[in-house]
Amino acid sequence: MTNAISARALRKVYPGNPPVEALGGVEIDIADNEFFTLLGPSGCGKTTILRLIAGFEHPTSGTLEMFGQSLLDLPPYKRQINTVFQSYALFPHMTVAENIGFGLEMLGRPKTEISQTVGEMMELVQMSHLADRQTGQISGGQQQRVALARALAPKPRVLLLDEPLSALDFKLRKNMQLELKRLQTETGITFIFVTHDQEEALTMSDRIAVMSDGAIRQIGSPREIYDHPADRFVADFIGDTNFLSADVVENRDGAATLRLGSGRTIAARAAQGVNGRVTIAVRPEHARLGTPAEGLLAGVLSDAVYFGTDTHFHVTLEDGTTFVLRQQNSPDSTAGFATGDPVGVCFPAEVAQVLRD
Amino acid sequence: MAEIPDITARRAARNRWLLLMPALVILLVAASGPLLITLVYSFLSPGDYGGVEWQLSFDAWFNVFMQRDIFDDTLGWSDAHLSIFWRSVKLSALTTLACLAFGFPTAYFIATRPKKQRDLWMLLIIIPFWTNLLIRTFAILELIRNEGTVNTVLIALGIIDAPIQMLFTEFSILLGMVYVYLPLMVLPIYASMERFDFRLVEAGYDLYATQLQVLRRVILPLVKPGVIAGSILVFVPSLGAYVTPRVMGGGNQLMIGNLIELQFGQGRNWPLGAALSITLLAIVMVALLAYVRAAGNDEAHHG
Repeated sequence: MTNAISARALRKVYPGNPPVEALGGVEIDIADNEFFTLLGPSGCGKTTILRLIAGFEHPTSGTLEMFGQSLLDLPPYKRQINTVFQSYALFPHMTVAENIGFGLEMLGRPKTEISQTVGEMMELVQMSHLADRQTGQISGGQQQRVALARALAPKPRVLLLDEPLSALDFKLRKNMQLELKRLQTETGITFIFVTHDQEEALTMSDRIAVMSDGAIRQIGSPREIYDHPADRFVADFIGDTNFLSADVVENRDGAATLRLGSGRTIAARAAQGVNGRVTIAVRPEHARLGTPAEGLLAGVLSDAVYFGTDTHFHVTLEDGTTFVLRQQNSPDSTAGFATGDPVGVCFPAEVAQVLRD
Repeated sequence: MAEIPDITARRAARNRWLLLMPALVILLVAASGPLLITLVYSFLSPGDYGGVEWQLSFDAWFNVFMQRDIFDDTLGWSDAHLSIFWRSVKLSALTTLACLAFGFPTAYFIATRPKKQRDLWMLLIIIPFWTNLLIRTFAILELIRNEGTVNTVLIALGIIDAPIQMLFTEFSILLGMVYVYLPLMVLPIYASMERFDFRLVEAGYDLYATQLQVLRRVILPLVKPGVIAGSILVFVPSLGAYVTPRVMGGGNQLMIGNLIELQFGQGRNWPLGAALSITLLAIVMVALLAYVRAAGNDEAHHG
């Protein structure tokens, strides 16, 4: 099966002094009917990829295909791709209904078809009652829905979403996340979603590409990315992580034995040929407190911060670094430790991720 | 306690009037007053050496549109005046259209430059505007006269054998007026475009609109206030233009402004000059009303 979007060695350099490389040879395959997220801090090149796919900008080199056909010679108005803009970019001189119908009108569809589709779309995003409003007279959340309906109305094969939820307040954002996922499943359109919000990416996406400095660091399902981050950047950017130094004692075809700072050894998976000093990552919720004797690492409990659903324990390890653990609270549980107590940090060996440098 | 807001309110009202005073004085002394005098003059008889006789007469208004044949005394339309009116309206409309055709892309170009460069481009548009009108008009004259730059170059290149007669034609007046009034079109359109959100252009392309459709359906409706303002700013002074048709038309291609000047000067017929001035004012008002109404209807249709 051909991919919805396929990029090879996609490079974009903005002229200037010195020239700025926004994308440095990116490879992406996005499957049909997939909810794909480009995640990364601002300036990582995620929006540049979106603009190249939409056709607002031209790559410096590389290829870009949609369903096996090159996009490079097509102007944006000939690509079956629509965009939900971060600023919404609704036409202020048109009503809600006129905005939604604009794409179909430009495609030269008959009037009856346009009004029918516009009606369906307004129903889909629950905006039917505001059809004749000017776009300046509706709230931010409503504008967001109109922008979405306008982009969906021409039934594109790929929908691009450029941080569409960033201007909404917390509650509305949560609702729209579920809504977007539902729309994607219902319409079967490939969604390419750009965000810097890792939580948003984890809850909605089928697959995520984590980006930084114009390169893709890791592509995988939310679970893969969270549980098995490929490198320090990904581990740090997605969720909270404890980084530990360890020495590889032995590495037999990826089955490695590591010695921790405490002197204890654990078995872990590492890439072939990894030796010497490495960094491992352990998620706060994957570890628990224990006595110094049972722990893989030993230290002193320096702080316990109550967060309602869970408590964060800060343990100062023997080498002076801080290890954070997160434990869920239950009505009958008491931590059993007070600040100042010597404690041990326990975690199953398989949750320790050896990171690529 | 109750008196304090009263005093404050009265003081605020007095200050408002004081602030309004200069504008009111100027309006009264410089606009309404002379207009009233002109209106009165148009109903008086001409004096022998200019000026007016204080004697009620409708001859001036009669002569604006009609004339009595000097041989058989029959009544007829004043062909000379009507053709001058027509030429004035036609040339002003063409000037407005040409300024729009050249000014709109210019304003678009400047508005899409990086912010730092825009002021420089605007300066280049405004500098000619600061130059004396006569100097600019004579500079154009130098370009297009029979021995001028354009004809000399064309002849030297062997493209033409004899110079093209460009000066003293309606074309030369048009050229001069377009050159003189172009900044008045560029400035208001640029002001509108500077506020225009160019991301809407991308949204248009994204929704399958071609360049032409984006221009017609997205850009034009949103910068229309600037286009309307620019058109009025060019059309109104074009209609009353005096210097440009005088220099570029060489005296045989009169516009209303020249006709009026003639009556107050050599013609020594101040009442006719006054009546013609009021007629010019009426033409301007009718044209503006029609234009604004047409533009408004357009908006209601799209909006």
